Amino acid sequence: MKEITVEEIISAVENLCIEANYNLGSDIMAGFQQALKEERSPIGQEVLERLIENAEIAKEERVPMCQDTGMAVLFVSIGQDLHVVGGGLTEAINEGVRRGYDKGYLRKSVVKDPFDRVNTGDNTPAVIHYDIVPGDELRLIAAPKGFGSENMGGLKMCKPSEGLEGAMQFVVDTVDRAGGNPCPPIIVGVGVGGTMEKATFLAKKALLREVGKHNSEERLAKIEEELLDRINGLGIGPQGFGGVTTALAVNLEVYPTHIAGMPVAVNIGCHATRHKEIVLQGRDA
Amino acid sequence: MNGIIRIEAPLTQEKLRFLKVGDNVLINGVVYTGRDAAHKKMVESLERGEELPFDVQDQIIYFVGPTPAKEGQVIGSAGPTTSGRMDAYSPKLISRGLTGMIGKGLRSPEVIEAMKKHGAIYFGAIGGAGALIAKRIVSAEVIAYPELGPEAVRRLVVKDFPVMVIIDHEGNNLYDLGKAQYRRV
Repeated sequence: MKEITVEEIISAVENLCIEANYNLGSDIMAGFQQALKEERSPIGQEVLERLIENAEIAKEERVPMCQDTGMAVLFVSIGQDLHVVGGGLTEAINEGVRRGYDKGYLRKSVVKDPFDRVNTGDNTPAVIHYDIVPGDELRLIAAPKGFGSENMGGLKMCKPSEGLEGAMQFVVDTVDRAGGNPCPPIIVGVGVGGTMEKATFLAKKALLREVGKHNSEERLAKIEEELLDRINGLGIGPQGFGGVTTALAVNLEVYPTHIAGMPVAVNIGCHATRHKEIVLQGRDA
Repeated sequence: MNGIIRIEAPLTQEKLRFLKVGDNVLINGVVYTGRDAAHKKMVESLERGEELPFDVQDQIIYFVGPTPAKEGQVIGSAGPTTSGRMDAYSPKLISRGLTGMIGKGLRSPEVIEAMKKHGAIYFGAIGGAGALIAKRIVSAEVIAYPELGPEAVRRLVVKDFPVMVIIDHEGNNLYDLGKAQYRRV
């Protein structure tokens, strides 16, 4: 059994929130550069150039790339042989979010109640997804999610008879309806199978995958390629101003499901699709 | 792509009639900020027969909720938010004389009808380019609803603030035109 203190966790979460908002992933920057070569629309090219410039300013001046610094979504994998000491894990993660959003001058965008809509003032609570894994490490991924893109996602409980084509059409239609709202070029997370909530979780998790990296299963990688091609044929383009770069990547994750169903979830990530990760090692107790 | 046009706010009917869909525009002068909660409050004020916190006649509203300013900054990151959430409120402000809106994303047919009827322009700023856009904001001052924090109404002075005409006063829409040009389905 190993141990880790809540102070280490708080400090790690604080840093992840700030870095995710200040530093664009190198995979997305490479995606922009590639798109710049392929984009035919002059307006689209200009938008891509501005997005590259924006990411450079944010990195250099240590300011948020975007004013919507998101609701903090945390993916936490905790080794079953690791013991958290000094307090509760969930409280520690929320304290890290609180400090990160304060010290990093990030916007506080969370309201306490979906109906009353009063801001909590510190961007907590976070949305936390826990996973218990073998080992004695703690893996933390912070994925602050802006709602320009989050609002454009969707779920369809497809009939099995709709098949692969029905699932793909739903993904393409969801992106088509979203138009310029989610700040294209987007990353499209797709989750198929499981139950209703499992599919949406997979779609979100798919956004964490590096741009340019396909699903390790070849048949799924082929579906990703076809979806990307169809989405980039919609004409939406960078910012929705028209062009051939609507998405930089389509990431598909699947899970076994019930004989009677085929849930299909789409979670759209904006052109920044922020996520930063750290693995903390436990010490001997 | 069309050439670059510089305009000075306030945006009068005479000025806005020269702006066409797809124009690259640099705005100079005063623009006001407002997003979801501020729009709701403003329209509720109008319904109660009260005055708005600023006279919207010939003015431009920027749909934005910036991040907090660091020391030495005028404003934090300040890119546009999704305009569609303001669709329920915009026609009421347009009918009171508002002539410009800056945001990102699609607008409803009701908003476009009001723009054609009363004369107004919908500008797009680059969504997610908040660090870049903040550099064109010269001053920022909260003038109403300070309790709303990032959603408070601010009076901004901007210099060469880069936008594009998405929907002009005749209702021509770049989102439709641009998409049609590159669509292959």
